[in-house]
Amino acid sequence: MLIDCPYCGERLSEEFTILGDATKQRPAGSGASDIDAWYDYVFIRDNPKGRHREYWQHTGGCRAWLVVERDTLTHQVYAVTPARDASA
Amino acid sequence: MTSRRLAQGGLIDRSRPIRFTFDHKSFAGLAGDTLASALLANGRMLMARSFKYHRPRGVVTAGASEPNALMEIGERGRRDANSRATMVELYDGLFAVSQNRWPSLAFDLGAVNGLAASIFVAGFYYKTFMWPKSFWEKVYEPLIRRAAGLGRASHEPDPDAYEKAYAHCDVLVIGSGPAGLMAALAAGRAGARVIFADEGSRLGGSLLAEREEIAGDSGFAFVAATLAELEALPNVTLMPRTTVFGWFDGNVFGALERVNKHVAVPPAHEPVERYWRIIAKQAVMATGAEERPLVFGGNDKPGVMQASAIRAYVNRYAVTPGARAVVFTNNSSGYRTARDVLAAGIDVAAIIDARDGGTETHAAGVPLIADAVVTRVVGRERITGVNVLKGGATTADRIEADFVAMSGGWNPVIHLSCHKGDKPVWDAERACFLPPSSTPGLIPVGAAAGALTLSQCLKDGSAAGARAAGLAGFKATSIAVPETRDDEPYSIRPLWHVRQSTAKAFVDFQNDVTLEDIPLAAREGFNSIELVKRFTTSGMGTDQGKLSNINASGILAEATGRTVPEIGTTTFRPFYTPVSFGALTGAFRATHYQPVRKTPLHEWCEEMGAVFMEAGLWLRSAWFPKPGEDWRAAATREVMAVRQSVGICDVSTLGKIDLQGSDATALLNRLYCNGFSTLQPGKARYGLMLREDGFLFDDGTVSHLASGHYFITTTTANAGRVMSHIEFCHQALWPELGVQYVSVTDQWAQIAVAGPNARRVLERVIAEDLADAAFPYLGAQAVTVAGGIPARLFRISFSGELAYELSVPADHGNHVARLLMSEGSGFGIVPYGVEALSIMRIEKGHVAGGELNGTTTPEDLGLGRMVSRNKDFIGRMMGEREALKAGNRDVLVGVKPVEPDHQLRAGAHLLTRGAVASLDNDQGYVTSVAWSPMLRQWIGLALLKRGRERHGEIVQVYDDLRNSRMLVEVTHPCFYDRENLKLHG
Repeated sequence: MLIDCPYCGERLSEEFTILGDATKQRPAGSGASDIDAWYDYVFIRDNPKGRHREYWQHTGGCRAWLVVERDTLTHQVYAVTPARDASA
Repeated sequence: MTSRRLAQGGLIDRSRPIRFTFDHKSFAGLAGDTLASALLANGRMLMARSFKYHRPRGVVTAGASEPNALMEIGERGRRDANSRATMVELYDGLFAVSQNRWPSLAFDLGAVNGLAASIFVAGFYYKTFMWPKSFWEKVYEPLIRRAAGLGRASHEPDPDAYEKAYAHCDVLVIGSGPAGLMAALAAGRAGARVIFADEGSRLGGSLLAEREEIAGDSGFAFVAATLAELEALPNVTLMPRTTVFGWFDGNVFGALERVNKHVAVPPAHEPVERYWRIIAKQAVMATGAEERPLVFGGNDKPGVMQASAIRAYVNRYAVTPGARAVVFTNNSSGYRTARDVLAAGIDVAAIIDARDGGTETHAAGVPLIADAVVTRVVGRERITGVNVLKGGATTADRIEADFVAMSGGWNPVIHLSCHKGDKPVWDAERACFLPPSSTPGLIPVGAAAGALTLSQCLKDGSAAGARAAGLAGFKATSIAVPETRDDEPYSIRPLWHVRQSTAKAFVDFQNDVTLEDIPLAAREGFNSIELVKRFTTSGMGTDQGKLSNINASGILAEATGRTVPEIGTTTFRPFYTPVSFGALTGAFRATHYQPVRKTPLHEWCEEMGAVFMEAGLWLRSAWFPKPGEDWRAAATREVMAVRQSVGICDVSTLGKIDLQGSDATALLNRLYCNGFSTLQPGKARYGLMLREDGFLFDDGTVSHLASGHYFITTTTANAGRVMSHIEFCHQALWPELGVQYVSVTDQWAQIAVAGPNARRVLERVIAEDLADAAFPYLGAQAVTVAGGIPARLFRISFSGELAYELSVPADHGNHVARLLMSEGSGFGIVPYGVEALSIMRIEKGHVAGGELNGTTTPEDLGLGRMVSRNKDFIGRMMGEREALKAGNRDVLVGVKPVEPDHQLRAGAHLLTRGAVASLDNDQGYVTSVAWSPMLRQWIGLALLKRGRERHGEIVQVYDDLRNSRMLVEVTHPCFYDRENLKLHG
């Protein structure tokens, strides 16, 4: 798999480390009523076949955290965005 | 033995004889030979014994798909098992040994299996060796492994080097036959960066094995001229001896280059094999086609070969398998073999065509027997003839011959095109599977795409090369295609097996799968081709059914009343042909497997006689033995020296992160569960990081060096993970925070100075005031060492003693450590290692990796007070979960054997006294142990259910793995100086 790092260019996936699902947003609230949102954020992960957004870090390169949108079946990469610019 | 070398022709160099040995006998071949062609030239038809029945076997192919002629090549550490003699280039001193025979190839006792063949049917292992169950591991499996085997791996290290490499290109052309040559030329002339790879030792593919003329000259001449032009193009790289074995996402291709497999010993500094990853914008798959065997009685006898392989031996290697051929075919290919064999001056007894009659040019003077099949190959040591049954006849006629050319049609080599999971497409007219209908990035062409005539291959190759270059961004047009005149239309009538066979007929030669096995599997319910493969083993092994798979599908289709496309194929997966572990490993072996990290103080540690231990990639000084001391004596002495006076320890492996910025404090408050808003410059604080699920992640210290400038330490094990975590939190969660941070682990040498005399030693090298009032416990400040070295001093303690950590720039580390030793000599200063460090932290009840094991919370470890209630931080919400607060969790305690001489071991489980050892009764486990010099006995830390309420209770330690049981007293986790008087001394 090839990932086109916005800072370093196209590199083999071995240079990167995957963290996982990037579709979840860390909840802002911390009250008792927010617990379900937290439970969802921390534990619930879809395992879609097809398009998915994931966090990858370019650990063997610039160390930037990236949001990689790719097809989990074909590994085709559609978009790579620095995590700081990506909204979940 | 008779020489089978033809008097003329071939691409061998008759002026360069080459000596080699096979089964310890010496032979001669010629430069340009393969091991298989050289053995054939020497009249050696018998090359192997089969897997299950130990039947005599000869070579069937002249290429990559060879199922039979597998040999061990090379000696000692260079021995390669299961090497295909058809792919092994002959070189001086080549050492080859046949496999799977005992005591010898000619006389093999295992052949008795063949007599009992009726019980060795498909699935017999599963059925026969079931009972008694205990026999499997001790009796059956070793027996089966000895009897049914391929080659032996060497037990010696491989002395050769292997390499991994990457390549990028616009167009990768795979295969160098007529289609590949034209594609490479078209793409090359367009200016594309072309990699032109072929598994053969010479480029040219099938053109090296055929006699067809191109542009009025021989195929060899066309190959030579085309290669000369390609070689002259600076944008084209030729890669012979390179098997492209897999197609992966991103249009990445895996390839194995046999750089020095054609010599006995690679030249100095050169690898024997190179493992390539080729990243191609476009690829042209010109991998050709493989000829199918026919399934008829005795088709596995040495001397029965692919018709196309016989052409290769005759035309390329100038070798004939025998003196009189018989051809058995169901398509055009057999006719061509008859013509070529005849042209080489060898008799052809007959062409037996399973069809009613072909339209092919008939070889003059050779009898054609149409609508007929071979029912049996006869002969023992050598073939003497075949039995031929004509349509409608009841008795077979004998035709005398000593070798048999068979052709059951062609299978395009479509493996690569299916590696991404797409299914091949059945073509009824040509009776073969073609590549999947859509393969973006890969253009199948030539015989691989079903073009089975020379002119079509040349024309399509030219177009494919131009198209690939165009898709890669180059302006390209098809190039002129040379004239051919030997084209003959391809026609076939499928013949999956000869049902009138009167001897054992083999579907899969390598796995000894016979014609009977496949219907048997279907009768037993294994009626999908994937199940048939697993049940019969057809299509397994080193050749992965390159010859057998489609016949197996055809036979299964007939046995179950379905069609071949309904049956389909088994899944095509990389690797196309076997790849050595050496190539996969590359340079990553022994000490090169991973880097070794040495601390800036490594040199000093060595001077002090340290014994090093591995901690991740690090080498850490474990203890510093004096003559006659074992590890425990050394560590005990080191502990006593620190507790009584002073010692220094290399703690440079701790992760170190420099954090700065206007929002640095805010980030720390979110990273750690405890707060940092009140941490003044000049002070250090212990910090706990949680994971978002509320469990402990890491611990360390945070020192506030100056306003908005922090120095963070992490555990050695988690240094990398914590760094990534901080980067994630900042970049993905809170990019708005104004912070900068960088790992400075390697930039600072860090030395712990511990013991009641620690201050006195430091005062001798540091100018600043270190008195308790000026620099109290948890102080952190910049200092100057030895009158000029800028350093940082932290008053923190892991040992429980009055202790400091001194950071100096890495280059000064060894010098400062030596200085401390000399300045401390009056106090009896000692170097101490990780063992002593660990003993002292267990005596103090400080947690480390054993307790920060991913299952514990701050509360569990008695650190609940540190968890802030009035800020957001990673892990806060999930840490509030009810079950984590329930009060029945395993929590940190100390344990002390009731009998002081009993040795505790980490990992042992705890049970209530008198309870039966069961999962339900489990009360926790021991996490860390040490022999305590202060208590003069073994002590441990443990996680015990409701442990804080149980101090003083006697519990059982249960460790059946190491057969250890004892009683221990539950204690407070701190065994030494619980009031921390020493710390503040």
